[in-house]
Amino acid sequence: MLTLILIGFAASAIAPLIYKPLKNYFGWIAASFPLYIFLSFLSKYNQIASGNIIKETIEWIPSLGINFTFLLDGLSLTFVLIITLIGVVVFLYAGAYMRGYEHADRFFVYVGIFMTSMVGMVISDNMMTLFVFWELTSISSYLLIGFNHHNEKSRKYALQALLVTGGGGLALMAGFILLSQISGSFEISALYNLNENIRNASTYSAIVILVLIGAFTKSAQFPFHFWLPNAMEAPTPVSAYLHSATMVKAGIYIIARMNHSLGGTALWQDTILIIGAITMLFAAILSYNQMDLKKLLAYSTLSVLGTLTMLLGIGSKLAIKAFFIYIIAHSLYKGTLFLVAGILDHETGTRDVSKLSGLRKYMPITMVTAAFASFSMMGIIPLVGFIGKETVYSAILEVDYWGLFLLAVAVIGNALIVMITILVGFKPFWGKLISTPKEPHEAPIKMWLGPLALAVLGLLMGIFPNVFIGRLLDQSAISIISEKLELTIKLWHGFNFVLLMSFVTLLLGIGIYFFRLKILDITHNFKLKKIFKPSEWYEFLLNGMMSFAKFQTKVLQNGYLRNYIIFILVTAVTLASFALFRIENALKITPDFSITFYEGAIALIIIISTFFVITSDSRLKSIVGIGVVGFVMGIIFIIHSAPDLALTTFAIETLTVILFVLVLYKLPRYLKFSKPLSKLRDIIIASGVGLFMTLMVLYITSIDLTSELKRFYTDTSVPGGKGRNVVNVILVDFRAIDTLGEITVLAIAALGVYALLKLKLDDRGE
Amino acid sequence: MMFSVILSTASRYLLPLLLIFSFFLLLRGHNEPGGGFVGGLVAAAAYALYFIANGVYEAEKLLKAEPIKIISLGLLIAILSTIPSIIIGQNFMTGVWLDINFPVIGKIGTPLFFDVGVYLLVLGITLKIIFSLAEEDK
Repeated sequence: MLTLILIGFAASAIAPLIYKPLKNYFGWIAASFPLYIFLSFLSKYNQIASGNIIKETIEWIPSLGINFTFLLDGLSLTFVLIITLIGVVVFLYAGAYMRGYEHADRFFVYVGIFMTSMVGMVISDNMMTLFVFWELTSISSYLLIGFNHHNEKSRKYALQALLVTGGGGLALMAGFILLSQISGSFEISALYNLNENIRNASTYSAIVILVLIGAFTKSAQFPFHFWLPNAMEAPTPVSAYLHSATMVKAGIYIIARMNHSLGGTALWQDTILIIGAITMLFAAILSYNQMDLKKLLAYSTLSVLGTLTMLLGIGSKLAIKAFFIYIIAHSLYKGTLFLVAGILDHETGTRDVSKLSGLRKYMPITMVTAAFASFSMMGIIPLVGFIGKETVYSAILEVDYWGLFLLAVAVIGNALIVMITILVGFKPFWGKLISTPKEPHEAPIKMWLGPLALAVLGLLMGIFPNVFIGRLLDQSAISIISEKLELTIKLWHGFNFVLLMSFVTLLLGIGIYFFRLKILDITHNFKLKKIFKPSEWYEFLLNGMMSFAKFQTKVLQNGYLRNYIIFILVTAVTLASFALFRIENALKITPDFSITFYEGAIALIIIISTFFVITSDSRLKSIVGIGVVGFVMGIIFIIHSAPDLALTTFAIETLTVILFVLVLYKLPRYLKFSKPLSKLRDIIIASGVGLFMTLMVLYITSIDLTSELKRFYTDTSVPGGKGRNVVNVILVDFRAIDTLGEITVLAIAALGVYALLKLKLDDRGE
Repeated sequence: MMFSVILSTASRYLLPLLLIFSFFLLLRGHNEPGGGFVGGLVAAAAYALYFIANGVYEAEKLLKAEPIKIISLGLLIAILSTIPSIIIGQNFMTGVWLDINFPVIGKIGTPLFFDVGVYLLVLGITLKIIFSLAEEDK
């Protein structure tokens, strides 16, 4: 399976190379790549459906327990098949849709990376590998939402999606780490027999909260839902693929995957149930005044994601069955409808439903496709959406206390979805023709073939549910609730209460559609979104972070060199003296005060020049003074037989003086404007640093410095490093990797200096 | 900047001498005091002297290559010198030596190339900073 993942990334990488020469056929070529992965996994269908699990391990960082462990069971196979099948359609579709875009080749790179990571994520058994793929999907989603990067909104909402899902990803990772501490391994399959240990662990609540934050942000559950409608800035194939059919289901996948180890407690089940139900209703209500095709679909996606989460919260056999059917049905019809919305946008030039009407003569195939998908979405027999909704309702009815209440919520939510469906799937095609910005015409085959196929598949699945869904259902249920369902899927359950509810939903939805404008008039003054808007919390947090960053930059990096020096010196001295005085006997200094004549003379010269530096009235004189101190230091090295150091010191002092003089040239005239108070401050800091360094040197000279290292280096320098200059051998051989790091830093610093100087030039307008 | 005929003339003769000296420092570094770092500094000082005597444009002309390119070349050589150790399957950055003694240079091995990289990098960085500071005075 790793091979398939690697092929995926490699194919994404070569996409731009073959895009230009093969532009006309690119959709077909691109589609063959998800098709290949789809078929590779489909060939394992029988094996999985008959109860086997395929496992594959390739070591990555075995010392940390991080490996490419791939596990294919019913749940992951279902997701892989959905991801790759919709992938085929979307790739083909995008071949035509993206033609007009600049850098369409990049689009295929991003989508390719996304698809591969998404597949990688659902087959990962190792939590860290899963996390890496998880974040890769967030990053590719960021790149795709911001695809029209010249548009400010695209950039803003791309960042929003990345921050929300990325932040959730970090929470998820923290949850994984806590989990791994219980099981001692990062493998999810290692958690299977530890259910009791996990639930009784002290970190259990923390794990649940962290994992759920990860899942809820990714699957846009309330109150993190706001990023998903905003993500509609992405090109339509992306909305169809990432933000409805696949990526947003990753969070739900995690909940399903973790259900067997974390589930079964009130905390887990109730949180999921309540958040899911809120999302289901709230998102559907928020769609009431939308006019944009994609926004409408986005809110209905949110509502469905809420329903799926809620079903996992219910957690009964029937709920899992409903979850499973609904997730497949939704991917099929919602992907299709998004692509239809893209066709409408592409061929008419507008996405505003109020401006689309009567297009059936111009786009017959699109109309048929939309009708199939819409019937499925509304839950009309005999499409798969009908079975989905029927099972959802019967699963809700099973809930003990507030089953009826939940059912009412679900009916209202679904009625609003019916309204959305009519707006998106029927209104543009029926009624009187309204002239559109572009002359309407049927889409090219690349664009209608895929959606039509998905729509027909929805019909086939509805009529023959056992052929398509039945066999994987049991295996998936084992992955989620560790037991078989032993329930059969049927299209027709007879005339019962649930069927009645389906009928009520449909009527209610149609009713809302016809009275929509009136309802809008009434609610015009009632601004639901103004009252409660989690996206404003996001804005508040983001702005708060920015102003905090500005504030601390202002304090710490205020542009005054003197303040930088103060910060650095005070920090260094405080921390180092703290450490120094904690050492026992650090102050028992036994200095050796015998000095030679030369040493005394040198010390005198240093003192005199230092005095000269601080009292002189011109910068040039000060620099010369500092230069003298430096050279005399070099002489000390010579006296103590360290010619290497002396040589380097001389060279550096020479160049430093030259640099100082060059800088000096640009500084304003020398003025004395320091206030007495700041002078006092500087004296205190300077004396503090001086005192500290003196103590430090005295301390170092009074401790025993016989170290093994010294002997090691002198002994091995010639045989090991083939050089007698130990210092140099250390620099270029023993510790060469340090040197490599240092010279890299130096090179970057030089670029920084250069950039700073250039920046100055530009400020002057040159 | 003041122009001095004596300094200008002297620098023309000093520059090659100093450069040879810097190269000498680089090569002897493995056995005697010296090495790539100090060699690079001396070479930079040589060019700095020339620049003080003749101005930044003369110095840049004489150098021929852009300092940025010298920096990159230095870093590249240093990084490339790490590759032989990987190829022969030793630990990363183990010194690889040829078993022949060359005249003047002595033994040749990857640490020597690494040192050459350091030399070029230090030279390039110092000159880059000096030149960009000096150029601004236009």
